[in-house]
Amino acid sequence: MKRLLSLVLIPLLMTASQSVSAQGKFMTKVGRVTFFSTSIIEDIEARNTSAAAVLDLSTSQLAFSVPVKEFLFKRTLMQEHFNENYMESTKFPRATFTGHFVGLDAAALATPGSHIVKVEGDLTLHGVTHHMTVPGTLELKNGQLMAFALFSVAPADYNIEVPLLVRENIAKIVSIRVGLTCDPVGGSAAPVTRSTSPN
Amino acid sequence: MKSIRHAFSFSFLISLGAALLAVAPAAHAQDDLLGQLEKETTDPQKREVVTATFKGTHIINSQSVETPGEGTMAFLIQHRFGTLNSGAYNLFGLDQAVLRLSFEYGITNRLTVGVGRSSQDKTYDGFLKYRALRQTTGARAMPVSVTLFASSAITTLKFNPPTERSTTSRVTYAYQALIARKFSPALSVQLMPTLIHRNFVATPSEQNDVYALGGALRQKITKRTVLTADYYYLLPGNKPTGVRNALGLGVDIETGGHIFQLHVTNSLGMTEKFFVSETTGNFFKGDLYFGFTVARNFTIKPQI
Repeated sequence: MKRLLSLVLIPLLMTASQSVSAQGKFMTKVGRVTFFSTSIIEDIEARNTSAAAVLDLSTSQLAFSVPVKEFLFKRTLMQEHFNENYMESTKFPRATFTGHFVGLDAAALATPGSHIVKVEGDLTLHGVTHHMTVPGTLELKNGQLMAFALFSVAPADYNIEVPLLVRENIAKIVSIRVGLTCDPVGGSAAPVTRSTSPN
Repeated sequence: MKSIRHAFSFSFLISLGAALLAVAPAAHAQDDLLGQLEKETTDPQKREVVTATFKGTHIINSQSVETPGEGTMAFLIQHRFGTLNSGAYNLFGLDQAVLRLSFEYGITNRLTVGVGRSSQDKTYDGFLKYRALRQTTGARAMPVSVTLFASSAITTLKFNPPTERSTTSRVTYAYQALIARKFSPALSVQLMPTLIHRNFVATPSEQNDVYALGGALRQKITKRTVLTADYYYLLPGNKPTGVRNALGLGVDIETGGHIFQLHVTNSLGMTEKFFVSETTGNFFKGDLYFGFTVARNFTIKPQI
């Protein structure tokens, strides 16, 4: 009953007060991360729908954790080599990102439509961390937070070695697409409303 | 003795308490969103399948527990030259060649069908491979992978002078349980209890059934090169006369797209019927066949 009430209340609160809607904590465990490598010889694509992410609009912080083994490739052998030799997913099971939104305008977020945002933080892949700035969009829709980002990464920067024979098959720059539909975190629904008072 | 144990547990509690006190405020101050996220998403109970126990579907002579996977067709070229001790006249075996071509197709991630043709005795073979158990990590982990293997082979050789040989007398069956464990990312070991049934044997004293216990291992030396070995011990009693245990030593080289397997073995044949029940070469006297296997995978049905 309590949960039902909060389910009804959250969207209500969000539409009622702008500051409330833009201050929640949002989370998903089924985020979608896709990457593309395009070269003259072949196109490679892999898809992961088990990315976990937390976006905290009240503190402008965010974090991602992507289980590397969950990437699906068209070719089974490619998937095996990706895990065994390129990403060494037994040694480095997760790719992570922690960072914060740069100049997030909480009030603007509450208006309908998608909003361009900038995220700055550390991406850790294959045990190597690099600081980067990534553009993306955020949209609040029916109480859920939709987040999208498109950026690129150079495998060489992350000590991902490509054997000579397939060097022409794998792009020097791999583009990564992130798409999330995050639900408000249930437990923090109440604190969110309270935290509006200091503002 | 008892007091010592008490003293130990007491000091342990103290240090634990101290450690907790030291850690707790730090963790709180950090307010680590990622840590929070990882705590929520890592489930130590989660079972994960152990993959890539071997690089290919074959080790040297043996099949491995690996299968191509759903929608993937593997094309294998297996090649054996003549024996290394056959002299300079035969260019140490390179003048001779025995070949097996085969296709393996993954109907599901567990079930594979295959067909092959060996030039030795003009033999066709067909097989089924089923991954019955997969090694896992996590809660109630499965310690080993088990793949069941069944094959039948028929020789289409024209016997000269023509003798009365029925079609059934040309058929041989092989049954194996392939039991493997990946002990570490580098080391995998496989055991293969094997039964070969020959519909036809040359002399009445020979048994139709041959039993053997095979063992194989692979050890990675670099990320893309591994050393392999496989061996079949023929169980006494039903051992065919003049037949030796098959031993193979090899190197697997993964070049990105496909895998080259280079090896030496005392067996000329490349299917179970040949290498288990018809190996005559003496490994340690130089009856060594140099050979290679090249596997190329074709994706018939993409995963995504």
